[in-house]
Amino acid sequence: MKIGIPRSLLYYYYYPLWRVFFEELGAEVVLSSHSAKGILAAGLKNAVDEVCLPVKMFYGHVLDLVGKADMIFLPRIVSVEKREYICPKFLGLPDMIRCLKNLPPLIEVDINLYKNNKDFYSAVKNIGNIFTKNHLDIWGACLKALKAQKKYFKLMQMGLMPSEALALIEGRVEDKSLPDGEKMNIALLGHPYNIYDPYISMDIINRFRAMGAVVATAEHVSGKIVRNYAARLPKKLFWSLGNRMIGAAFHYLEQPGISGMVHVAAFGCGPDSMTGGIIERYAHSSGIPFLNLTLDEHTGEAGVMTRLEAFLDMVRWRKAAFGS
Amino acid sequence: MRVTFPHMGNLFIPVKGMLQYLGVDVVVPPPSSKRTLTIGAKYGPEFACLPLKLNLGNFIEASEKGADTIIMAGGCGPCRFGYYAQIEHAILEDLGYDMKLIVLEPPQEYLSELLAKIKELSGNSSWWHIFQSIRFGYQKAKAVDKVEKAAFWARPRELTPGSTEKAYVRSLEMLDRSVSQITLAEAKRNADELMSAVAVDSKKEVVKIGLIGEIYTVLDPFSNQYLERKLGHLGVEVDRSIYLSEWVNEHIFMGLVKGIRSRKEACEAAQPYLRHFVGGHGQESVGNAVNYSRAGYDGIIQVFPFTCMPEIVAESILPKMRDDYGTPVMTMIMDEHTGEAGTLTRLEAFVDLLARKKEIKEASCE
Repeated sequence: MKIGIPRSLLYYYYYPLWRVFFEELGAEVVLSSHSAKGILAAGLKNAVDEVCLPVKMFYGHVLDLVGKADMIFLPRIVSVEKREYICPKFLGLPDMIRCLKNLPPLIEVDINLYKNNKDFYSAVKNIGNIFTKNHLDIWGACLKALKAQKKYFKLMQMGLMPSEALALIEGRVEDKSLPDGEKMNIALLGHPYNIYDPYISMDIINRFRAMGAVVATAEHVSGKIVRNYAARLPKKLFWSLGNRMIGAAFHYLEQPGISGMVHVAAFGCGPDSMTGGIIERYAHSSGIPFLNLTLDEHTGEAGVMTRLEAFLDMVRWRKAAFGS
Repeated sequence: MRVTFPHMGNLFIPVKGMLQYLGVDVVVPPPSSKRTLTIGAKYGPEFACLPLKLNLGNFIEASEKGADTIIMAGGCGPCRFGYYAQIEHAILEDLGYDMKLIVLEPPQEYLSELLAKIKELSGNSSWWHIFQSIRFGYQKAKAVDKVEKAAFWARPRELTPGSTEKAYVRSLEMLDRSVSQITLAEAKRNADELMSAVAVDSKKEVVKIGLIGEIYTVLDPFSNQYLERKLGHLGVEVDRSIYLSEWVNEHIFMGLVKGIRSRKEACEAAQPYLRHFVGGHGQESVGNAVNYSRAGYDGIIQVFPFTCMPEIVAESILPKMRDDYGTPVMTMIMDEHTGEAGTLTRLEAFVDLLARKKEIKEASCE
């Protein structure tokens, strides 16, 4: 059986987990094509105007899987951390997608760790039951999947981007040396599905690298550091991804090697409007150069490039004037 | 300590009543106006939703009137509202306003903290006195709702244009002025009389519209460009998916008062379309749309602030409900830029469509 996974949203976080899990249970995993104009166009046509760019993109990716997959994996990710949510749109995503016509069957399972971390296995069991009734097989697949996921997160914390970590896991590249810290370090913060999707972000990571910067993201920071730094807020944020961004931002603001900070937000994103405001406030008071980039489906590439170049110039001059 | 709180439609009447009954020095912010919105939009985060901006404007205007303490509700997500108070306070601090913030977090999570804060606010009154004042506030909220419902019914049927509005404003003033159980009972009687004295054509056929959506923009006429009044004048009887007292019961009393509409019913009705809560009132919006369709309403208007996440989920799903039940749905999104003429044009067009649809339906029934 072919299980389709949209190459969008939390694909950038949890793909290794689900791929190993499904393959262990004897299914074949099919990904949607890479984000591109056609995928976005399909998303724009089928989603309401008000949803944010990454969700429009998600619609496109789901439609791209029609005809390629026998079933589409579309869990309802309510919560991945205790007492935290992702964002309301993730809570309603399967219901929103179900309004599309002519879709293959969807694998809809609630994943809700709001109260208890142990609830994860019960969700996994429900998914596994589609393929086998043997609990031992499901349990084994789940363990292997979690191991793969751990490795993936670890690689990212060593400074790799998701695409590089995936390539390494799948054995597609030689082991590369880690980026050296001598160059200009830029902290790039944003939802993973925005900054790592080269189409949405206009390949911001590689553009920065081509201009001579080393890019550090929130995923390069371990969960422990993130939690410690995020605890400085007067009240804990209830969005997991927002917490990660805030914690990583506070961490990077205290790293002397970081010379600039970029926050990428999707137009109309609810959590970004709040977390972005907080990060901006702290960045300003710490005096580090800060760029807030808002992306939507209309963004012209040249305009973004100009802003990135200008930002890096500013960081360079500042470095030259004050030393590092 | 001079206490203020944000506006949300007529919320100020019960809240002010309750706090004054407790003996707290209250500063009600000036009614939300263009100035309030301009201040809020200037200092609030660009993509924050409209209520945050209006709150901010309310606080600054209240501080100009001498308020030094803010009471604000909290929340535990996933809707942004749960983090409003902290963001607003940080902005006020940056602007140099030295105001104390008291956040009342939902009792499910922080009951002891909530009780301690209430005690502090009341200047250590007895729990019996606190209970009495909350009850007084709740009675006022119910009285306000009754006046509003009467106005919804009378507006499209009034014989003299503007007479409902006059009675409505006068009634609310009377309720607002009452300070004790006795004067409140009298104000309620007078308000009833005033509202029923409006001359109406009770046999008139009117179009009925259900108003659903995000709580703040549904309850606050300034933020929704006085939708209810405009619709009333276009000859439409409006019902609202949520009233003040229902909101108070759900969110502050945790549904203790029985026998009034609850969110549970709405969420059950939403099941075929939206199976999980999505924060805010997203699931209730879908459920209420189903309920209004079943109750034979001619149309539904969904209203929410620009970028409101739970309502965007609902908006994405409502077309499916509309296909099943055939009830037209219009979505109106509010932000600081909305022009009034555009709103009116859209409402007129929608009401014309509903009236025509109703005529055709009735003609084919005869």
